Amino acid sequence: MIRFIINGLLRDHHRSLFPIIIVSIGVWITVFMQAYLTGVLGDMVDTTARFSTGHVKIMSRAFAENKDQIPNDLALMGVEQIMADMQSEYPEMTWVKRISFGGLLDIPNSEGETRSQAPVMGLGIDLLSPGSTEIHTMNVAKSVVRGRMPEKPGEILISDLLAEKLDVNLGDAATLLSSTMYGSMTMHNFTVVGTIKFGIMAMDRGAIIVDVNDVQLALNMEDAAGGILGYLPNRIYDDNTAKEIVERFNLQYDDVDDEFAPVMGKLVELSSLGDYLNYAGSVTGIMVLIFVVIMSIVLWNAGLLGGLRRYGEVGIRLAIGEPKGHIYRSLIYESVFIGLVGSVIGTGLGLGCAYWLQVKGLDISAFMKSSNMMMPNIFRAAITEETYYIGFYPGLFSTVLGTMLSGVGIYKRQTAQLFKELEV
Amino acid sequence: MNNHALITTDNLIKKFPVGKGWFTALNKINLTINEGEFCGLVGPSGSGKTTLLNIIGSLDIPTEGDAHVLGQSISGLTIKKAAALRNHHLGFIFQTYNLLPVYTVYENVELPLLLLKMSANERKKAVLQSLEWVGLLDKIKSRPAQLSGGECQRVSIARAMVKQPKLVLADEPTANLDAKNSHNILKTMEKLNSELKTTFLFATHDEKVIQYLQRKISLDDGRVVSDESTSSH
Ligand SMILES: Nc1ncnc2c1ncn2[C@@H]1O[C@H](COP(=O)(O)OP(=O)(O)O)[C@@H](O)[C@H]1O
Ligand SMILES: [Mg+2]
Repeated sequence: MIRFIINGLLRDHHRSLFPIIIVSIGVWITVFMQAYLTGVLGDMVDTTARFSTGHVKIMSRAFAENKDQIPNDLALMGVEQIMADMQSEYPEMTWVKRISFGGLLDIPNSEGETRSQAPVMGLGIDLLSPGSTEIHTMNVAKSVVRGRMPEKPGEILISDLLAEKLDVNLGDAATLLSSTMYGSMTMHNFTVVGTIKFGIMAMDRGAIIVDVNDVQLALNMEDAAGGILGYLPNRIYDDNTAKEIVERFNLQYDDVDDEFAPVMGKLVELSSLGDYLNYAGSVTGIMVLIFVVIMSIVLWNAGLLGGLRRYGEVGIRLAIGEPKGHIYRSLIYESVFIGLVGSVIGTGLGLGCAYWLQVKGLDISAFMKSSNMMMPNIFRAAITEETYYIGFYPGLFSTVLGTMLSGVGIYKRQTAQLFKELEV
Repeated sequence: MNNHALITTDNLIKKFPVGKGWFTALNKINLTINEGEFCGLVGPSGSGKTTLLNIIGSLDIPTEGDAHVLGQSISGLTIKKAAALRNHHLGFIFQTYNLLPVYTVYENVELPLLLLKMSANERKKAVLQSLEWVGLLDKIKSRPAQLSGGECQRVSIARAMVKQPKLVLADEPTANLDAKNSHNILKTMEKLNSELKTTFLFATHDEKVIQYLQRKISLDDGRVVSDESTSSH
């Protein structure tokens, strides 16, 4: 009987080709979208971790509450001790201090008068201590467009766009005007030794990269920092591990009543990514559901049309004593076969496209001009284990469901009635 | 006396709902058909031949009265039992052949056997035997579209005969055939009847068929109006 079904499918292209095409297309889109969403979100998580929150981040309570304003007057104190403690408690992890700050960058001319000026977003990271992981974490060295990496205190990198805007040349002096941790005005002189482009619009618009010790000096932040960032081993974010670390850390300060006490948070809470991740999970689910529904309806109708063409076959099979249920089931076997073939083809196509997007990437910088999201300008798909099997859900569900719906007529009608319809 | 009775009907009535009322297609049919008969329901179009044939073939059920086929009450059959009866003991031949276009002659004939628990070898023997009876051994690989009407009908006879059923029901089997082919298939069926003792019951108004019948049961307006046996020629 199986051979009978397969022969029928292979020889009758109306029976197999159209449904296989429909299924392939639906599966193709599903598979591709899954890889695309996974890739984009993975990149967003990664970028956020690298540039903004780490996997976990320690701040002072008051700072954490107002973290969007970067209130350095509320910065975390006793940073070296906390870092040392964390490093010994979690030796597999990497712990780094960072300071973000706002200010005005002033470029003087040879007489010391202002030549150009612009507001900047500064980021203080460990650029100079030997063995610092930060250069790698933020991909600083590879992002230098002109000039070189800072090699001694007082040397900074500024974003390439900003350098152009301010007409700064390598080796020029630049004065940062900002406020200290205690609220007083401060000026600090730096030398621009390189320009930089991260490929993240939020950073490239107006960032300056300064060694974190220079920032501490400039802003009177001895032994203080905006935050201490922790990275999990292998730099792979795992929400459960992060959660454990956070809970354990925060427990120590549970009954300390001090707004400067340290508090730890994890990546998905500190960014808006938690919402995105949930959203992505449901988007994939919803997408599969939508394709199941759409393709089922299409295949249902195709099945009804196909059923009309095959009335003769159903009639003769009834007449030779094949039970209705048996005929119905054999139609469902057919649909499983079609669903499998379509899913395999669609998954192949989807993987192909996803692979292409994983390797080539899609440049969306044009749409990111005003974005503040820590998001790379190039979207890449990511092929995961799920990419290989997710397409089989809509592929199989829709064919089987479509066939069950279109074949229900065989079940509902009386044999005699069916047979009469078949006769004509 | 019912020893050899293959089919009996008693006071068989079939009514169809038409508009608000009922149309009586068969009105108190009482018949006995014995094993090995080569007989036909004859009568004008609309006289009830197909309706009666379908009930005997367990494709439909009586409204009142009953029919017994191979000892089984048609009105008492479940859908499953009816299918089993058709599967094991009945063969059907239709005016329009109803061959499956995507399958070869061989596969079309094999189809009824796929439901039976038969080995591939047994099936092959039965299919080839059946095709030999109808003289189509040279066409086993052809598709129905490559055959003439007469050949198609012979394939459908082979399909009906392949499990060597007790009873073959043929509804207007010659309606789409020319005279030569009609005679041809009738002779084939006559031969099968005499050699294998298969009972044939026709529904027809075709003179070419009628002249072969050993027994003519005439229907008109859903009633049996005459029932005559002729000595075979
Ligand atoms: N399902 C049905 N509903 C209503 N009337 C029917 C139905 N089937 C058959 N009839 C009627 O019953 C009568 C006998 O039909 P049928 O047995 O097909 O005649 P025959 O085969 O002798 O030409 C016809 O008048 C036909 O219109
Ligand atoms: Mg008829």
